[in-house]
Amino acid sequence: MIENALKGGKGYWTWIVILLAIIGIGALAWVRQFTVGLTTTGLSRDVTWGFYIAQFTFLVGVAASAVMVVLPYYLHNYKEFGKLTVLGEFLAVAACIMCMCFIFVDMGMPIRIPNVFIYASPHSMMFWDTVVLFGYLLLNILISRVTFQAERKGIKYGKWIKPFIILSIPWAISIHTVTAFLYSGLAARPFWLTAVMAPRFLATAFAAGPALLILIILLIRKMGTFDAGKKAIGQLSIIVTYAMAANVFFVLMEIFTAAYSDMPEHLNHFKFLYLGLDGNTTLVPWMWASSILAVISLILLFNPKTRKNFALLGWACVMVFFSIWIDKGMGMVVTGFTPSVLGDVVAYVPTLNELAISLAIYAGGALIVTLLYKVALDTRARMAA
Amino acid sequence: MIIDRRKFVRAAGLGVLATAAAPATKLLAEEQLVTDHSGDMPLKQPKPLTAKRWAMVVDTRKATPENVQKAIHACHHEHNVPEFDNSKDEIKWIWSEHFDHAFHEQDLHYIPEHTKHTPTLLLCNHCDNPPCVRVCPTEATWKREEDGLVMMDWHRCIGCRYCMVACPYGSRSFNFRNPREFIDEINPGYPTRMRGVVEKCTFCEERLARGKMPACVEATQDCGMITFGDLEDPNSDVSKLVRKHFSIRRKPGLGTQPEVYYIVPDDPEEHDEPTAHGEEEHS
Repeated sequence: MIENALKGGKGYWTWIVILLAIIGIGALAWVRQFTVGLTTTGLSRDVTWGFYIAQFTFLVGVAASAVMVVLPYYLHNYKEFGKLTVLGEFLAVAACIMCMCFIFVDMGMPIRIPNVFIYASPHSMMFWDTVVLFGYLLLNILISRVTFQAERKGIKYGKWIKPFIILSIPWAISIHTVTAFLYSGLAARPFWLTAVMAPRFLATAFAAGPALLILIILLIRKMGTFDAGKKAIGQLSIIVTYAMAANVFFVLMEIFTAAYSDMPEHLNHFKFLYLGLDGNTTLVPWMWASSILAVISLILLFNPKTRKNFALLGWACVMVFFSIWIDKGMGMVVTGFTPSVLGDVVAYVPTLNELAISLAIYAGGALIVTLLYKVALDTRARMAA
Repeated sequence: MIIDRRKFVRAAGLGVLATAAAPATKLLAEEQLVTDHSGDMPLKQPKPLTAKRWAMVVDTRKATPENVQKAIHACHHEHNVPEFDNSKDEIKWIWSEHFDHAFHEQDLHYIPEHTKHTPTLLLCNHCDNPPCVRVCPTEATWKREEDGLVMMDWHRCIGCRYCMVACPYGSRSFNFRNPREFIDEINPGYPTRMRGVVEKCTFCEERLARGKMPACVEATQDCGMITFGDLEDPNSDVSKLVRKHFSIRRKPGLGTQPEVYYIVPDDPEEHDEPTAHGEEEHS
């Protein structure tokens, strides 16, 4: 089965080599960061978390989104998702590993990370986030392995795995809830101090994750290796539609609360995001791009004619994905620090070194997805033949 | 079998002895530290300063740029705090901001010009309810229950900077690069840090243990700008000061219970003898 990963055409190997090259460059950049220190990033005393933690947060959402194929299939017996659950779980595995890599590269003392377990501190949300993320990774590795082995042998998976599958559903919700708690429990940061943080994280997760899954499925479909079926894709696109709508709704709630209450400590952050603050407009074009993408994608998704057109659906999914990526991967974390606790606007822009490391982690994730999907889909193709 | 058991018993006995001896040798070593080199008579170990709740009162009426600089320099020199020429890598344990900036959330528009620009010392507030301690995933920072100090273990810190995110006062700094190259003159009596860990003011716990007041207090004792003491002791200087004068704390609404109190600056024209005590000492 695994040997399928070593058999492929020219396109396959070119893709693998490109990914490995990006990972290699990022590894060198990380060696530089490790030896010199985090001064190689754009982070500072005032903006202490940045691009890495933002990517981590975004990818926790992608990981959690596997539940959107697992839940309908296992709880509601929605048969159309039968062939998709394993693909969702593989995506979750890759996303979890990317999350861990982003945490790893963000640490000032990465070799001391075991301290999180040696001196386990239940009062810290970071401790719980580590626990739920590790747990979710293990659950998905276990479940995808067991169910796929059964599928390969043409038998039904053992009954013992079912409790683990059921457990993985609330667990998926928990990983993004706890990640939201990392932020929303801090009195020092009014921008994050909002109860809607966790629900909003989940909405973005269930929009961006399935959007990515649709894109991958459409791509695989085009390559002719596997067709998930129109019904499954249609159902996924409805999930994306309503999750995205919920996300936009939550954003509007946030803006109303900040704007109508007119409290500077809340409103200033939104000014920084959408209008610029103290002359700093770094994020303004990005945030407006995110908003416009959100609106266009929703129009395309809500209209059944455009939603059912796979080409347009693909574009809508690209827009959903990037709209949320900008919002979470660029805006959300940095704005918590702008203005700072002393009311200052301190600029933060990720450095090339930081971006090279981040890109390498994404390439690593893409590599994991590629290999896992290759193994699974080639196996399925051989079984069908 | 018997020999084996005997051997075992003997070894176990030795082990117990060694464990018992370890603290003793440690004690001896510590004793040696305070032994006068001129004779064999051990010096009396200075009595540590103790309190139930250490607190600080900063009297901004006595704050001048010079006084403030004296406090900062004393602290940063004592604790091997590096000096960078950019604000990005900056490390500071105690620093000065204009009064209206230090209390920016008060939105102080219509206050005397003089008050606005009064240099105000900022440092770790050693909160009674410290958010930094709550978020730390390794207990590398913790609150010492006996006297309320918020402590740091630089050998345990993983450099996640969550404490900096949670601190509402910006009191913490991170070693973005190796600090040792940026220390003008290393004080051998205090450890230097390495890159990748967070640090902050410790209320000079190392000096208190040796019976000394914090470095910033000592450096400015002439003018009496900073008073340090036990807030649980009604007869301490800090208790008397906060009873006598109107003082404020930074962001009290967050419930962190900061333990640094600021006596607010007043109009110098109305003030007859602003730093009478200090001037006496200077002349």
